[in-house]
Amino acid sequence: MFDSFLLESIINGLLLGGVLALLALGLNLVFGVIDVVWICYAELVMVGMYAIFFLYVYYEVPLAGAIAAAVLGVALLGMILHRFVIEPVLGTAPINQLLVTGGVLFFLQAAATLAFGIEFRNIGIRMPVVEFGDMFFSFARILAFATALVGVLLLWLFLTRTYLGTAIRAISQDREIMPLMGVDPRRIYLITSAIGGGMAGVAASLLVLQYDVHPAIGLSFGPITFMVCVMGGLGNMLGGFVAAFIFAQFISVGGYLFQIEWGYVIAFCFFIAMMFVRPKGLFSR
Amino acid sequence: MNTRILGGIGIAALAVVPLLGLGNYHLHILITVLIWGFVYTSWSIMGRFGMVSLGHGAFLGVGAYVATMLWNTMGLSPWVGIPVAMLVSMAMALLVGYPCFRFRIVGHYFALVTLALGEVVRLTIVGLRDQTGGSLGMTVTGVPEGTSLLALQFGDRSTFFYVALLVWLGGLVIWRLVDRSMLRYALEASSEDEDAAASVGVNVTRAKLMILMISAAMTTLGGALYAQYQMYINPETVSGIAISLQIVFAVIAGGLFTQLGPTVGAVFTLLLAETLRVTFGHDIHGLDGTIYGLLLVLFIIYMPKGITGSIMAGLTRRRRPTPAAAPAE
Repeated sequence: MFDSFLLESIINGLLLGGVLALLALGLNLVFGVIDVVWICYAELVMVGMYAIFFLYVYYEVPLAGAIAAAVLGVALLGMILHRFVIEPVLGTAPINQLLVTGGVLFFLQAAATLAFGIEFRNIGIRMPVVEFGDMFFSFARILAFATALVGVLLLWLFLTRTYLGTAIRAISQDREIMPLMGVDPRRIYLITSAIGGGMAGVAASLLVLQYDVHPAIGLSFGPITFMVCVMGGLGNMLGGFVAAFIFAQFISVGGYLFQIEWGYVIAFCFFIAMMFVRPKGLFSR
Repeated sequence: MNTRILGGIGIAALAVVPLLGLGNYHLHILITVLIWGFVYTSWSIMGRFGMVSLGHGAFLGVGAYVATMLWNTMGLSPWVGIPVAMLVSMAMALLVGYPCFRFRIVGHYFALVTLALGEVVRLTIVGLRDQTGGSLGMTVTGVPEGTSLLALQFGDRSTFFYVALLVWLGGLVIWRLVDRSMLRYALEASSEDEDAAASVGVNVTRAKLMILMISAAMTTLGGALYAQYQMYINPETVSGIAISLQIVFAVIAGGLFTQLGPTVGAVFTLLLAETLRVTFGHDIHGLDGTIYGLLLVLFIIYMPKGITGSIMAGLTRRRRPTPAAAPAE
C-alpha cells in the first residue's frame, strides 16, 4: 500500500529540515567560536522578518532589496549584541552570557509588541504551489531548502578557503594560542557575530515567505533550533545539519500522523533518548 | 542582631497583615508575592549551584494542570492531586536529569535541555486540547459554597493569605535546610570542579538529582497553589519558555545567593509591573517586558548578585574596614 500523503509529509519534512539547518548554522557558528549561546537568536530572525515586512509592504522597496537590507541590518544587530551585551560579561561565569541574551530575548519580543502590536502580519506574496503527482509542495519551502544548502556550502567555503575563515576556525580550537599568533580575538568575535546575525537575516527572509510575522514568532522557532543544536553537538555544524533533518522528519511525519504539537513532543522524546546514547551530540568524539 | 529574633518578628508582622483591614487589591498583591516568592525560591534552591534551568515552567505547568484536571474530571481533592503532580514532576526531573548529570551535561547544554522540556510540557498541554482546553486555558471547578478545605479553595482572601504564607515559609525552611546540609557542600564543590568533587567522594550525579527533584517538587506545589488561587490556568502563563525566563529574571534581580533574594525579586517584579500598569494603563502591550529585558541585561552586567546580594556586599564592606584598620595604628 502506497501512502502518497505520508510521502508528501516526508518530503515536506526534508524541506523544513533545510530551514532548521540554516537556523542552526548561525547559532552553531557563534557558539563554536565565541562559546556563547544566543538565546535570543530566533528573536533576531523576528527582527529580520519585521524589517523585510515593513520595507517591502510600507516603503515598497523591491523584495530583493528589502532582503539584502534585512540581512545587513541583522548582521549589524549581531555585532551590536556582541559588543554591548556579550562583551561586558565574557570574563564572568559562562551562564551569565546565556542569561544576558535571555534578557535580550525579553527585550526584543516585548519591544516588537510595543512597536508593532500583536497582529499577525503577512507580506502578501502568493508563492506558487508545486504539484507533483498528487503531492503538493510550497515553492517557498523548496526555495528555503535550496537557499539553506547554498548557505551551508558558502559558509563552508568561507571557513575553509579564506584566511579569515581559517582564523575563525583556529580560534574556536584554541582560544589562548591564537592571540599569540597575531590574531585579534575581539575582531574575530565581532566578525563571527556579524556572520551569525547575517545567517539569522537569511533565515528571516525565507521564513517571512512562509509564515506571518508576530512578536512571539521567535518562541515557536527558538526552542526547536536549540534542540537541533544540542542534539548535533553545540558548535558542531555538521551535527547540527544532520540533526535538523532528523528533527524536521519527526515534526513533519509526527504532525501528519497525529497533530502538529505531537510532532514536537515526539521529537523531544527522541531527543531525550538520544541524550542517553550520545550525550555530547551526534558526532561527538 | 540575632537573625532568628528578626525572623520571628518578621513572621509575626506578616501574620497580622490580614487583620489590618487591607483592601482586596493589596491582599491580592501580597498573596501573589508569596506564591511567586515560593516558586522563585524553589528555582534558586538549585540555581545557586550553577544548575541554571530554563524550563521550570515544565514543573509549574504539571503542578497546575495535573492537580486541576484530577479535581475537575475525577473530583479528586488537591490534597491527593498535588502529591500526584509532584510525583509526576519528580519522575520527569529524574528522566531528564539522570542522563544530564550522568553524562556531565552542564551549563549551556543543561539550560537548553531544560528549555526544551519546558516547551514540551507546554505543547503537550496545548496538544491535549480535548482534556485541557488547549490555549484557551481551563477553569478550576469551584465548590458551590466558595470555601472548602477539602477542595483547597478559599473564597476569603485572608484565609488564602495564610495558606500562601505557610507554603512560602516552608520554602524558606527548605532553603535553610539545604543551606546547612552536606548536600550544599557537595553541590558547591561539583559546581566548581566535578572531577575534584568526585575524587573526594562526592556522588555528583546523586547530589544533583536530589536537588533537582526537591526543586521540581517545590515548583510543582507552587504551580498547583497558583491554580487554586487564580482558579484559571493557561498553558502560556504556567509553562513554556516565557514563564521559565521570568522565573530566572526575578531571581537574578532579587539575588540568587541569599535566602530572601527570590522573594525580593518577586516583590520587585510585581511592583514594577503594577506601577507600569497603573501609570500607563492596560493598553500599552509589551512595555513591562521591554523594561524587564533591559533591566535583566543591566542586572547581569552591573549587578550580578542582584538586589539583596549587592546590599549584603555593601554591608560587609562597611563593617570590614574597622578590624582591618586596627593593626595599622
